[in-house]
Amino acid sequence: MAGFIIEILQIALVIGLAPIFAGWVKMLKCWSQGRSSPSILQPYRNLLKLFSKDIILAENASWIFRFTPYLVFGTGVLVSAIIPLLSTDLPLALTADVIVLVSLFAIARFFTALAGMDIGTAFGGMGSSREMMIASISEPAMLMAIFTVSLSCGSTSLSRIVEVIYSPASVIKPSLAFAFIAFVLITLAETGRVPVDNPATHLELTMVHEAMILEYSGRHLALIEWAGMMKLFLFISLGVALFAPVGIAVSTNPAGIPLAFVYLSLKLGFSGIVIVLIETGLAKMRLFRLTEFLGAAFLMATLGMLSFFMLE
Amino acid sequence: MLKEAIDNVLGTAAAYSERQFPGSVTSCTVPRGRFADAAKVMKKAYALLAAEWAADETPFGGGFAVYACFRFANEYMIIRTEVPVDDPTFPSLTKKFVPAYRFERQIHSLMGLIPEGHPDLRPWIKFEDWPEDAWPLRKSFNSPKPLPYVNGKYQWIKAEGEGVYEIPVGPVHAGIIEPGHFRFQAVGEMIVNLEERLGYVHKGIEKRFESLSWQEGAKLAGRVSGDTTVAHGIAYSMAVEAMTQNRVSDRAHWLRALFLERERIANHLGDIGAICNDVAFAFMLYQTARLKEMLLRTNLDLFGHRFIMDRALPGGVTVDISETGKEAIKEELDKLSDDFERLVTVYDESASLEDRVRETGVLTPEKARSLCTVGIVARASGLNLDCRIQNPFPPYDRFEIKVPVLISGDAHARAWVRVEEVRESIRIIRFILENMPEGPIKVNLARPAPDTAGFAAVEGWRGEIIYWVQAGTRGEINRCMVRDPSSVNWLGLEQAIPGNIVPDFPLCNKSFNQSYSGHDL
Repeated sequence: MAGFIIEILQIALVIGLAPIFAGWVKMLKCWSQGRSSPSILQPYRNLLKLFSKDIILAENASWIFRFTPYLVFGTGVLVSAIIPLLSTDLPLALTADVIVLVSLFAIARFFTALAGMDIGTAFGGMGSSREMMIASISEPAMLMAIFTVSLSCGSTSLSRIVEVIYSPASVIKPSLAFAFIAFVLITLAETGRVPVDNPATHLELTMVHEAMILEYSGRHLALIEWAGMMKLFLFISLGVALFAPVGIAVSTNPAGIPLAFVYLSLKLGFSGIVIVLIETGLAKMRLFRLTEFLGAAFLMATLGMLSFFMLE
Repeated sequence: MLKEAIDNVLGTAAAYSERQFPGSVTSCTVPRGRFADAAKVMKKAYALLAAEWAADETPFGGGFAVYACFRFANEYMIIRTEVPVDDPTFPSLTKKFVPAYRFERQIHSLMGLIPEGHPDLRPWIKFEDWPEDAWPLRKSFNSPKPLPYVNGKYQWIKAEGEGVYEIPVGPVHAGIIEPGHFRFQAVGEMIVNLEERLGYVHKGIEKRFESLSWQEGAKLAGRVSGDTTVAHGIAYSMAVEAMTQNRVSDRAHWLRALFLERERIANHLGDIGAICNDVAFAFMLYQTARLKEMLLRTNLDLFGHRFIMDRALPGGVTVDISETGKEAIKEELDKLSDDFERLVTVYDESASLEDRVRETGVLTPEKARSLCTVGIVARASGLNLDCRIQNPFPPYDRFEIKVPVLISGDAHARAWVRVEEVRESIRIIRFILENMPEGPIKVNLARPAPDTAGFAAVEGWRGEIIYWVQAGTRGEINRCMVRDPSSVNWLGLEQAIPGNIVPDFPLCNKSFNQSYSGHDL
C-alpha cells in the first residue's frame, strides 16, 4: 500500500515540479549570459497562458495531430511511475523495466514525428525527418548504455539496478563510468539541448523538436511543452538514480522519503548547473556532425559493455 | 582611365556632359545602339557595374534615359543613353554584368522600359497583382488614383528530380526582422537552389523624393533603411551639395565621419552577436547587445537621437560636439574596446563556434567579383573596395585606413571583417576627436540649377551607398536614384547558398545581413 502512495507521490512530483526545474535551468542560463532572468516560476505562467488560449487547428489535421499531445504527456506520466526518484519500492517498476522505458519514449517520439508530418507543412516534415535521423542513432546508444548498466547489476528492473548500485557492497566499476559518459551525451540529444538542438531558437530552418510542434497552439502546445519539461526532468533524474543513487529510499520505511526528496532536489539543482555550463560554452553543432556526437555515445556504451565482460 | 577607354572605342559617339557634379565623376551620353558596346568597354577595363537606373526626362522635352554607373578603383563613370517614348527599349547589359539582371528587371517593372536580350522579365519589386502597364516611376503615373487588382501569378524557378522538395520561407518570419520570401529547392538537407523574392517593403521612396523639397529629401533619405540612417543622410546631402557647388565646412565633414563610424560600430556589434546567436552561442549576442546599447545611449545623450537620425542635412550637420562630449566618447571607447577585445577572444577560442562559421556560405572571390558585390560582403571575398579610401571626403583623406580583406568568403570571413572594422573605427573616432578642426557646422546652400545632376558614394556600414539626384526644369527634384549596398549584395547571398544544408541558411543570411527596406525602396 505504501508503495502505491509513493508511486502517486512520485507522479505528482514529476508533473508538478518539472516546470520548476525548467525554470531553474532557464534562470542559470540567463545568469551565465550576464543578464537578469525571469522568475523560476515563469514556466508555470507560460503553461497557464497556453491553457487559457484557443486551439487553432490546421484544416487538414487528422486525429493523429489532436491525439499526440495527450499521448506524449501520458507517456511522461507513465515513465515517472517507473523511475525510482524517491524510493525503489515502486509496484509498477515490477511490471515495466528499462527496455519499456526506452520504448515509452520511442512511442512519444514516433507520434510527435507523425504529427509533424500530419499537417503537411515543410517545416513539420523537416523536423520529423531530422528527429528520426537523431533517434536512429541515439536510441541504440541509449539501449547499449542501459544494457551495460543492467549487465553490471544483473537486472533490467530499474528498482533492482538502483538497489544493487546503492548497496554498500557496490564498488565503482569501469563499465558504469563508460555508460555514464554515454548517458550524458544521449541526454543532451534526447532532451533537445545545445549542442544538438536549440530549445530557445526562433529560426524554423534550424529547428529539430520545435519544428515538429510548430503548428501546435493552446492546450495542445501546453501539454507538449509540459511533457518536454517532464522529459528533461525524467532524464536527469534517471541519470542521477542510476549513477548517483545516494539518498534514494531503499526500504519500505516512509521516513526515508523526505530525505530522499532533499537529496533529489540537490542533485537536480547541481545537474542544472552542469547542463547550463555545457550549453553556454558550446555552439550548436552542424546537423551532420550529430552522427559523430551520437556515434561517440554509442562507442562509449560499447566500451562499457566490453569492459564489463573483460574486467568484471 | 575609363574615359580613355570609352574614347578609344566610341570616339565622338560619346558626348560628355558638363551638368554632372562633382566634376570627378564623368558622364557621357552614347547612342542607344552603342550602349552595350560601352558596357563591353567597361568590362574590358575591369570596371564593375555599380548601378543601373532609368529616369523619366519627358519634362525636359525628351523621352526616357537609362544610366549605368561603373566603378574602377577611385573612378566613377556614368554612361547614359536616351530612350524615345514611342519605342521604350534599350539593350540589356545583363550578359556583361550580372547585377544588371535585377536592375533591369526593376527598370522594366517600375519605369516600363524593355531591356532587349534580358533573359528573365518577371516583375521585380512591383508585384504581379499590379496591372502590368502601371509604371510608378513615370511622370505620367497618377499615384493617388487606386489601381485595379490583377490576378497575376509569379513564376518560380522549379528544380525537378527524385527527392527534390521545396521549402517556402517567409515573407513573414519568426523573428523581428523585415519581410522577404525565400524558396529553397532541396534534396534531403542539401540546398540545390535558392530563389529570393523581395519587394514586400516597397514604399515608393524614389517616387516620393520627386514631390519633396531638397531639404525634406534628406529626411526621407534618412529613412530608406533605418539601420543606415546616417550613411544615407550623408550620401544624399553630398549629392545635393555637389550640385550646388557650395563647400561644406571641414568641421561638418568631420562630424559626419564621427556619426558614420559610430553607426558602423553599433551595427557591426549587433551583427557579430547575431551571427553567434544563430548557432546557439547566445552569450555573444547578449554581450554585444549590451555594448551596442551603451553606444546608442551615448548617441542619445550627445546628439539627441539613438541612431543619429536627421543630423546630417544638405549644408552640414545640425548638432555639434562639445569638449565634454568628446571626453564622454573617449571614456566610452576605452570601455568598449576593452570589453570588445575580450569578446573577440571568446569568439576566436571557441572551437564549436568556429566549426560552424568556417566554410559555411562561401561566396568565392570570382563570384563576388562577377556579381559586383560591395562592402563587407566584397571584402570578405577578396575584393578590396572601400569608398572611404577610393572616394574619400574629409577627414578620410587625412589618414591611412586599414581595410580588412579576407579571401575565404565564408560566414567567418564576414564576421571577421566586421571585427577588424570595429577596431579600425574605434581608432578613427579617436583620431577625429583629437584633430577635429574648428568652424561652422552648417552653411547655406544655393538652390541646385535646373537640369543638373549630383552623384555621391559613401561607405555605410554595409558598404557603398550611391545617390544620384537630378534637378528638373524648375530646379526641383526630378529623379533621385538610391542604390543601397543590398541592391547588389542580395544576389551574393543567393549564389552563396547552393551546396549548403538547410539548417545553415539562417547563419549564412545573418552573416550577409542585407537590408530589405534599402533594397525594396
